[in-house]
Amino acid sequence: MRRIRVIPVLTLQNEKLVKTIRFKNPNYIGDPINAVKIFNEKEVDEIVILDITATKEKRQPNYKKIEEIAEEAFMPFAYGGGITSLNQIEHLFKLGIEKVVINSALATNLNLLREASNIFGSQSIVASVDVKKNWLGKQTAYTNSKSEKINLPLFEYVKKLEENGAGELFINSIDLDGTYLGYDNVLIKSISELVDIPIIACGGASKITDFYEVMQHGASAVAAGSLFVYQGAQKGILINYPTQEKLAEEVYKKL
Amino acid sequence: MISIINYNAGNIKSIQNMLKRIGVKSMICSSAEEIEQADKLILPGVGHYDHGMKNLHQSGLIEILNKKVREDKTPLLGICLGAQLLGNKSEEGIEKGLGWIDMDVIKFDKKKLSSSLKIPHMSWNEIKINKPSALLEGLNNDSRFYFVHSYHMQPNDKTDILTTTNYGYNFTSAIEKDNIYGVQFHPEKSHKFGMQLLTNFSNI
Repeated sequence: MRRIRVIPVLTLQNEKLVKTIRFKNPNYIGDPINAVKIFNEKEVDEIVILDITATKEKRQPNYKKIEEIAEEAFMPFAYGGGITSLNQIEHLFKLGIEKVVINSALATNLNLLREASNIFGSQSIVASVDVKKNWLGKQTAYTNSKSEKINLPLFEYVKKLEENGAGELFINSIDLDGTYLGYDNVLIKSISELVDIPIIACGGASKITDFYEVMQHGASAVAAGSLFVYQGAQKGILINYPTQEKLAEEVYKKL
Repeated sequence: MISIINYNAGNIKSIQNMLKRIGVKSMICSSAEEIEQADKLILPGVGHYDHGMKNLHQSGLIEILNKKVREDKTPLLGICLGAQLLGNKSEEGIEKGLGWIDMDVIKFDKKKLSSSLKIPHMSWNEIKINKPSALLEGLNNDSRFYFVHSYHMQPNDKTDILTTTNYGYNFTSAIEKDNIYGVQFHPEKSHKFGMQLLTNFSNI
């Protein structure tokens, strides 16, 4: 049976776990280490942890917290937030994480991607792209928590990321973040037709069948935030993850 | 006590974290003296084959490892690149491997994979057990592990194959010959399945 990776994405404001809607209104969820412990019990495929204020606050990654989380993460662990140099990446790998997620630094420094890939192997380097529509519906890549625009057209930009050694693309829809409106399948399809590297789709997931749909549009892995930290219409905080049986029934067996 | 070989080419911390979690003592060994005293060895490894072999040569540990593994028959577990290095050579590079297992490491045959199956093989996948082994006690054909690799092992002696895994086609995902074990997947990042496998290794 073919499996795809189903990845909870946890967003941090320094040490606190929060969840945003369209990258705004961060809602306090809890302690990241507790969340990771629960995700261990639920045997999640992989975990992505993004410190969403590190770049904005011009901070280093919070190495101490990341190390504490890594000690509890018995699944592959990718970290992103505030990464601008090879030294930082080396430091992060020594703490016991498997992958780094780079976003804002790529706006000005694609070399970082190339060098990191050469040194650490492209399988450990994830390039993250936050995508937003303008009022005409044209999609563009943004960085620094959607405050800065990438000047290149979106499709040229993702192609450049692949050429410069990204091992995976993490494509996050700003417009769909936290909305439960489903993934941007059209966007994922367009990008998957352009690049050969795996695409992780993020933004908008509301149910397991969304995973299957976006896979059909070319995603190699699926990620979600709200879906795995809230439950029900009232969005009560509850760390959750589908069982293997359910994933097999509703996704894997159909692939 | 498990000794983890430090030659600057592996994610040592993850392995240590997992061993700590299952209550197995471990130490990181960078010198021949430390390895001489080991009663069990783990050879980790992430990255390029030649980079791994060069670092092993530079570490000056190959001589003592040959003695421990071949003469003293100390159990050794290679993980990911660490498993691939146990063979003769790899299509990824030009360096000779450790040569303890008669196998080559070859690149995934893209022609045999459908377009939705990308290289590297980066996902959870199941093992199919080829022969009984103390390393796999309590595990079965439904046990799943985390894989990240573009190359895979291909033993010349089929009896060395411990498990196979399907990714477009069946490839060797673990090997065992006498006291030498190698797993392509990452037990240190594979939840209860990895905990079981590493517990088994500590009990060998």
